[in-house]
Amino acid sequence: MAYISELEASLRPPAMDMPPYPPKVITLASGEEMVVRQVERDEVPILLEVLYPLLWVERDFYDIVAARLFGELLAYKRYRVKDEYVLAGLIDGVLAGMVNGRLMDAKTGMSYHTLTVRRGLRVGSHLFAAKMEYHIEHCKQEEVLIVAESPIGFRRWMIEYPLEKRFEVQHELGGVPSWVLLKETYYNAKPRLVAGRRPAPEDLLRGAETIMLPDEETVVRQVVGEKEGRE
Amino acid sequence: MKPVYIAGAGMTKFGRSEWSLMELASNASLAALRHAGLGKIPVDSVVVANMGAARVNRQTALGSALVDQLALYPAMAEAVENGPASGASAFKVGCQAIASGMADVVLVTGVERMRVVNGLEGTDFVASLSQPEVEYIYGVTLPSLAGMFARLFMDRFGVERRHLAMIAIKNHENATKNPYAHIQLAVTMEGILTAPEAVVNNPPIATPLHMFDCCPVSDGAASIVLVSEEVVGKLGGPKVRVAGIGQATDTHAVHEREDPTDLKAVRIASEKAFSMAGLTPQDVDVAELHDAFTILEIAESEAAGFFGRGEAHKAIERGETKLDGKLPINPSGGLKAKGHPVGATGVAQLVELAWQLRGDADERQVKNAKIAYACNFGGFGNNVVATVLRREEK
Repeated sequence: MAYISELEASLRPPAMDMPPYPPKVITLASGEEMVVRQVERDEVPILLEVLYPLLWVERDFYDIVAARLFGELLAYKRYRVKDEYVLAGLIDGVLAGMVNGRLMDAKTGMSYHTLTVRRGLRVGSHLFAAKMEYHIEHCKQEEVLIVAESPIGFRRWMIEYPLEKRFEVQHELGGVPSWVLLKETYYNAKPRLVAGRRPAPEDLLRGAETIMLPDEETVVRQVVGEKEGRE
Repeated sequence: MKPVYIAGAGMTKFGRSEWSLMELASNASLAALRHAGLGKIPVDSVVVANMGAARVNRQTALGSALVDQLALYPAMAEAVENGPASGASAFKVGCQAIASGMADVVLVTGVERMRVVNGLEGTDFVASLSQPEVEYIYGVTLPSLAGMFARLFMDRFGVERRHLAMIAIKNHENATKNPYAHIQLAVTMEGILTAPEAVVNNPPIATPLHMFDCCPVSDGAASIVLVSEEVVGKLGGPKVRVAGIGQATDTHAVHEREDPTDLKAVRIASEKAFSMAGLTPQDVDVAELHDAFTILEIAESEAAGFFGRGEAHKAIERGETKLDGKLPINPSGGLKAKGHPVGATGVAQLVELAWQLRGDADERQVKNAKIAYACNFGGFGNNVVATVLRREEK
């Protein structure tokens, strides 16, 4: 480990041991294979590049999600948040979406954000499920606190799983009353909502080693929405 | 009756729109008017098709509103509401005006802006077309009716989920070639049916129908300019004639039908349309069917007379309904992938067919298309309008 000054060390939150997220492969409706894998701190800058143009996209609350995620990713890179992790979905190495969260303690997790660049393929649902899988199956937690910042998120998490209210707890995202995914709820929902195969084939993992940015057309068409009024 | 021609066709991109209801209607109308190239020939009448604006957009009297938006005064104007068949019904009203000699130029525009409400409210608004006392009050929705219909139809004729998936795959593929389509996304058999992940990618909606068996909820507008023989003679471009229109009704409640798998209204409406056109189903080169659910493409193609009972799914297996098949069905992507802004759908089907007959359909052009058929399926088959178009050689 590189030398860290005593002052810098004191600024970092204490860290727990976190198990790695074993990568998996999901076949999407399009037939494309999406690798879901953990994102290392040195890969954060490329994710920030994807988020930057989305800071001004109001559609589906991309602006607030991108802005908060931007800060959370920086905090992860610069060791300013406790026990955070980031997962990414990559199709042929191109970023399709990302999710993050953190461990509050050994028992309870806190989901932060889910952001999809490649829309219409349930990429967000798959990545959110991977995040829950990480908390419950790999970190062996009992529950995950969750909020939604868009109606789409509310349908995907609160209704589809379904989540329970834990409104007496303010979520770290703006103090919004929390919902909770219990371990039992997760396992009930798993056959319907959690997909993926392990071990991921070597060739797909190699293709996902370097995160590539989606091209501008993909971002515009999938996230912002195509310009209307063609004749 | 005087002959009626389609002089122009245009539409907006279907999907989730930021445009208001009237912006959608106006933009589609302007596209159709430009396509027609009327010059100084005035529009005599405007007919607007819509199902839910009074409820979801708080707007009524859409015919007058569109005349005002486009400054088409003093044109006659009205709106037509006939559930999901509103579009073809409005087209029929426009044709009647020209056929009777009351008008020489009619603008028919279908529009719907239904993404302004959430999914539950949107589903409820569409369900309001069901029988109020024996269907709606018990929570019947269109997906639930389609699910029950599919189960019965599949049991009786040996249709399997893979056949439904083949329709979804075909229509999604066609939509990738249509810049106006709501969903421009190709899907695969593996991704929506056979891979272990398919259960998550393609969740059940109303079994046996899954997400990729159902059309999306869309905003959008489509528009057609109808003209008399006298006017079409003054315009350039290929002549597309309205060869036949048929309309038929059936019981409101689906369970009251002697055989719920028999789409009697589709059969009768189609027979009327073909009879008026002096043509048969075997003459058709390209068709747009009302595939709000994939099972309906199969059932309607049989009821319209393209295939025998229980035969359509075998034709689909043979690839006969693909873009390069014997009878391409839904080259636009259909409701399944092009989208389904309810009041606009019937007009949009005819826009696609007009483009096909004029040779303007770009990548999805059906070769040598001369005769086209559309089925606009209202209610759950209780009010159907069938239309046959024909390209007239100069």
